[in-house]
Amino acid sequence: MLVVRNLHAKVGNRQILNGIDLTVNAGEVHAIMGPNGSGKSTLAGVLAGRDEFVVTAGSVTFKGQDLLALEPEERAREGLFLAFQYPVEIPGVNNAYLLKAALNEVRKHRGEPVLDAIDFLTLARERMKLLGIDDSLMDRPVNAGFSGGEKKRNEIFQMAVLEPSLAILDETDSGLDIDALKTVAAGVNAMRSPDRAMVVVTHYQRLLNYIVPDFVHVLSDGRIVKSGGKELALELEEKGYGWIESAPAAASSEAPPQTVESV
Amino acid sequence: MSTATQTIEELANQEYKYGFVTEVETETIPKGLNEDVIRLISSKKEEPEWLLEWRLKAFRVWSTMTEPTWHNVRYTPIDYQEISYYSAPKKQAQLDSMDEVDPEIRATFDKLGISLDEQKRLSGVAVDAVFDSVSVGTTFKHTLAKLGIIFCSFSEAVREHGDLVRQYLGSVVPYSDNFFAALNAAVFSDGSFAYIPKGVKCPMELSTYFRINAANTGQFERTLLIADEGAEVSYLEGCTAPQRDENQLHAAVVELVALDYATIKYSTVQNWYPGDKDGKGGIYNFVTKRGKAFTNAKLTWTQVETGSAITWKYPSCILQGDNSVGEFYSVAVTNNHQQADTGTKMLHLGKNTRSTIVSKGISAGFGQNTYRGLVRIGKNAHGARNFSQCDSLLIGDRCGAHTFPYLEVKNSSAQVEHEASTSKIGEDQIFYCRQRGLSPEDAVNLIVNGFCKEVFRELPMEFAVEAQKLLGISLEGSVG
Repeated sequence: MLVVRNLHAKVGNRQILNGIDLTVNAGEVHAIMGPNGSGKSTLAGVLAGRDEFVVTAGSVTFKGQDLLALEPEERAREGLFLAFQYPVEIPGVNNAYLLKAALNEVRKHRGEPVLDAIDFLTLARERMKLLGIDDSLMDRPVNAGFSGGEKKRNEIFQMAVLEPSLAILDETDSGLDIDALKTVAAGVNAMRSPDRAMVVVTHYQRLLNYIVPDFVHVLSDGRIVKSGGKELALELEEKGYGWIESAPAAASSEAPPQTVESV
Repeated sequence: MSTATQTIEELANQEYKYGFVTEVETETIPKGLNEDVIRLISSKKEEPEWLLEWRLKAFRVWSTMTEPTWHNVRYTPIDYQEISYYSAPKKQAQLDSMDEVDPEIRATFDKLGISLDEQKRLSGVAVDAVFDSVSVGTTFKHTLAKLGIIFCSFSEAVREHGDLVRQYLGSVVPYSDNFFAALNAAVFSDGSFAYIPKGVKCPMELSTYFRINAANTGQFERTLLIADEGAEVSYLEGCTAPQRDENQLHAAVVELVALDYATIKYSTVQNWYPGDKDGKGGIYNFVTKRGKAFTNAKLTWTQVETGSAITWKYPSCILQGDNSVGEFYSVAVTNNHQQADTGTKMLHLGKNTRSTIVSKGISAGFGQNTYRGLVRIGKNAHGARNFSQCDSLLIGDRCGAHTFPYLEVKNSSAQVEHEASTSKIGEDQIFYCRQRGLSPEDAVNLIVNGFCKEVFRELPMEFAVEAQKLLGISLEGSVG
């Protein structure tokens, strides 16, 4: 589904990503871990198409297409979803209205008929129930005045409505208390499916107790320095990132892709 | 420049679609202003002596007045002798039906989406079409007459309903009120008149559509609306003008009279030619609008101001009667080099009078947008209440937003609240929307629309659609 090859990117004059290789197949959940400043959020931003990140080398294909050639909204319509680390507040714009507009863009792109207000509401309510999210989120302006937990829940709710094929969760656990974390994780788990891939970006292992990944990658200084199964996260928890950073980087970043491509 | 900013600019720079000129034979009097010109206008309109006298008094007052300078707009001084004060399409005798309207003019209104053909009109709206200075036709007059509603051009009202006009003309905006109102009183050419009799709820929207066509002319309409006791009416006003390099003056006066228990809702979509992107040309829109509300009466002003090089208007409410209500909802957009100084005055005189002010200013390009509002609570206005909310939205970093709220409270039992905010459309907001699948244009539309929705909600349906088109945005649906 997603193939990242030798990806280099910078912000301003600062080189942040120094050759990322990553292959994600449908049905898989990958965790990207790493210390602050290792490039986790930059990777998420590059994949979503933030224009302050400039790709200097490498390639990304998504469902066989050159992802980097697509505008952010085209990526979204193709099924790439980013759950933001800091969801943006848009005062005055009704949350349900934004989501309905977004869903209909995605549906148009897929050649499906657009949903009217009633069908949309039916769908949205069903997803809210599934996620155990309170209805009142719908009628409020997008993220405006939301608590940290509400913002993250709203991201997951949007994901559940938009049904992306690839969801990138950028530090979705940051700023959440344990109850909110459980709700969010339960929502994500409910969305796991053989057709859908997820990339979970996180600093802490804590989230991975609830969203159990198939693969764990450790990012350091803009490279994936170690990849492994879910037990790698536990090892990191125990030993800290210092253990990885001191390991020779070259060995693992040039390792062959950890899974077979099946796009 | 980022793509999002580019999109905002493109959106903001959409071309003016109504800039065409109609070829029609007109009669335009020579430039210049003096008592003879006023006599000429009055005689062309075959006006009674009292009205000529009223005009002359206004002219004499105006001659002693100086143009105001307190506003936050800049323009080269207007030479009042370089303007022609009367221009009218040449037409045959009195029109008996809409079919007799000059086909060119009819085509003009068709092009503007205003059909003068009653069969083709939405049944909910009656239109008085004003072309340059003259009303060229009023639809549904006969239907309305059955209910005793008078809806006609101002000139016709002077002829047919002279007593009503004489009783109320200048009762809300006296001829000496201000520089532009005095000028209008001296030279006004036409406009609309409506009278809703006691207890009658007007079954359709009344609407005036103003079109400036001739060059080098000023347009000075006068609208007088009277809702008798317990009557209700909703009135719409729209305007466009051709694209010309020179500035044109538009100085209108609107007077509303809401007698006891009456309700008047007055909505405007103002889309005069705003000038080009370098600020050349455009309409100078200096307008005085005011209503008087008697006991338990209600006045609502809703305006969407997107056009004009300069907008100078303060639709106001004199809340004279006890328990009367005044409302002002405004969206003002300034783009390129447009300037707007707009707001309202809520004058609370009666007991338990209430007013609401919601003002949304959007500035883009080099646009300067000023909200100026006065809330005055008189000493007898026990229990008066006001709520004001003034929000500004900035697009880009070369425009400006200014807020001048004035409060004068002379009664200690009054409650006055004022809220204000200024925000900017952020790149991160646009990116967020794009990540969800919206194009940058749709993202900007969504945000601007969300910002304006409290005002759009107040517009009659038909105008809400026009407002939406005007802002290049789609109206927010009522989901949820």
